[in-house]
Amino acid sequence: MNWLYDFSYLTRSIHESLAETFEPTTVTIIEMALAGVCFMILFALLGLVLVYAERKVSAFFQQRLGPMRVGKWGTAQTLADVIKLLMKEPLMNKNADRFLFNLAPYIIMIAAFMAMASLPFAKGLQALDFDIGLLYISAVSSLGVIGILLAGWSSDNKYSLIGAMRSGAQIISYELSVGLSLLTIVVLTGSLQLSTIVESQANGWWIFKGHIPAVIAFVIFLIASTAETNRGPFDLAEAESELTAGFHTEYSGLKFAFFFLAEFANMFIVSAIGATVFLGGWMPFHIGGWEGFNGVMDYIPPIFWFIGKVSFLIFLMMWFRWTFPRLRIDQLLTLEWKYLLPVSLMNIVLMAFLSLMGWHF
Amino acid sequence: MEEVIQGKDLESKEYFINMGPQHPSTHGVLRLVLSLDGEIIRKVEPHLGFIHRSIEKMCEHDVYNQIVHLTDRMDYLSCHINNEAVCLCVEQALQLEIPDRIKVIRTIIGELTRLSSHQLWWGVMGMDLGAITTFLYGFRDREMITDIFEETCGARLTMNYNLPGGLMFDIHPNFQKRTKDFLAHFKKKLPEYDTLLSNNVIFRERTKGIGYLSKEDAISYGVTGPTARASGFSCDVRKHHPYSAYDKVKFNEILDTEGDCFARYKCRIAEMWESMSIIEQLIDNIPEGPHKVPTKAVIKLPKGEWYQKVETARGEFGVYIISEGQKSPYRLKFRSPGFSNLSALDHMARGCKIADLVAIMSTLDLVIPDIDR
Repeated sequence: MNWLYDFSYLTRSIHESLAETFEPTTVTIIEMALAGVCFMILFALLGLVLVYAERKVSAFFQQRLGPMRVGKWGTAQTLADVIKLLMKEPLMNKNADRFLFNLAPYIIMIAAFMAMASLPFAKGLQALDFDIGLLYISAVSSLGVIGILLAGWSSDNKYSLIGAMRSGAQIISYELSVGLSLLTIVVLTGSLQLSTIVESQANGWWIFKGHIPAVIAFVIFLIASTAETNRGPFDLAEAESELTAGFHTEYSGLKFAFFFLAEFANMFIVSAIGATVFLGGWMPFHIGGWEGFNGVMDYIPPIFWFIGKVSFLIFLMMWFRWTFPRLRIDQLLTLEWKYLLPVSLMNIVLMAFLSLMGWHF
Repeated sequence: MEEVIQGKDLESKEYFINMGPQHPSTHGVLRLVLSLDGEIIRKVEPHLGFIHRSIEKMCEHDVYNQIVHLTDRMDYLSCHINNEAVCLCVEQALQLEIPDRIKVIRTIIGELTRLSSHQLWWGVMGMDLGAITTFLYGFRDREMITDIFEETCGARLTMNYNLPGGLMFDIHPNFQKRTKDFLAHFKKKLPEYDTLLSNNVIFRERTKGIGYLSKEDAISYGVTGPTARASGFSCDVRKHHPYSAYDKVKFNEILDTEGDCFARYKCRIAEMWESMSIIEQLIDNIPEGPHKVPTKAVIKLPKGEWYQKVETARGEFGVYIISEGQKSPYRLKFRSPGFSNLSALDHMARGCKIADLVAIMSTLDLVIPDIDR
């Protein structure tokens, strides 16, 4: 059971067994392929689990049962949906830009994949561990907006175009707040490397250690990351009641499924970033100095800590979506440029001051 | 190519967009042609006719008992009140004396209809603004009224209960108990509506100051119902020209002066409280008596013209009958509230954003078959 607590045992043993039979170059290629397959499986699993979770959570908020017919408690509902989407005819407008129209879903998927690759899932379970990990993630996750813009532009539909333009304005704006709120914690850690950020929380998570600025940064991060993933109450790019389905109005079948899947993957990614930076990532709940308590907490494997924290944040985002009405585009931009951005700028200065004085734990 | 270089292709100009006939927030087959400048609306042009069934023409070939059954296909959310209007008009022409029992039951049924309509409106209003959960909450509470109606008249939509001269059947023995159960339930739930939606910051921001309609404009566009009362135009038919048992009950006409989307929202929520109070005053005091005054199987109205108006959930609904003494009317005209209310949409929506237009349409509470008869 050791591997459950430290995945480096597992990865090392795989690496060694491969190295016995293959040349070093082949080993690297095989390992890359293995990691790729793992991420694809994770992606598919995330889609299955999160779609089901979203339907059940929304049902819970709306006083109904949600899917109940396919499989026990409707657990196979998502599978049935996937089969339905696979069998659907891929339609396209006559005047649509064929190349860009087909390219757009893949750009969104690729952006999600790239961001996911550098997430630390558990101890020793991280595909890419850069020294600029956080910067890389925030850079890559903003690539997705290109896919949305292309989808809206190439669909030859005015609703799609309006949705895409809204989304462009929205994501570019909220990127700033996400970045700044993450930087607030980077001030404390002194490193952008995700594994270092997690290690630095061994005796307490940053949201507890970082005093008020960390809490403010966390709240800003929650708001801005919800907006960045285009989810309600910031789902202006889709805005069902205004733009029918926004940028993916014209998509059907598998390509629509890609957009759908990417939305859930993005939700997972921002929740994972939030959990890693503010809530200690896979690090168990530790209180500095309480050895006995920390020992008990260590019994729960890190991967479960990570999944638990991410699920909590995802649940929060679903809660937002099923409770709040949607903002208008000008209110959305006002919220970012007049409130969130100045507050996060002030917050970062406050945090720097705290850090300088050594007032944090 | 040259045009692109000179920037002629990049000129910003108005464009138009077809909102509907298939669109989630037009709630039916209404087609709005929007002229847009970016997201700002310059002009809204409603195009009607997608669900025109020539009901008024059909009425010229039907007997009066049959006409009643056409009216619930117009404003299907105020079906009982529409039925009542035709019945009242025919009774007025025949100079029938209607017993109190019928009047009281008609009033209770009418107010229940208004409540169920407003509940659906509330759910849909939240959904239009992006809060999907409200839709199911509205429907949850509406279900109880629908059940009462199902027990009373056998249908859940396109219901018919009124007939010229009275009611089709007497009320079900459970009717009073179930109505009281519903009132007790809904009195607890209506404050939840405020907690969930009315007091939400985003909701208030989305509706306050949006779609302003002044009192003068409301009158000149012929706007009626809660939409007009939110602008300060006192136009409640129940108050000014009481019919059925409305002269026997105490209730307030809800007036507001702000005239924006939030005022219209508040008006409807307050009307739900008033409707509940009206039902409460009557439900224990239903007089004994027959449920129907005997009429001829085929009613022939004397020669002449009659007009009867009632207050539906959307506003003033009028029935104008011209009779030549035959079993069918010579000409029949319905004055539907939705049609007049829709005419003010362009005036209210100019300069707003697309998202505001959705909010304005929601607060107008449009039912398309009512607009397009």
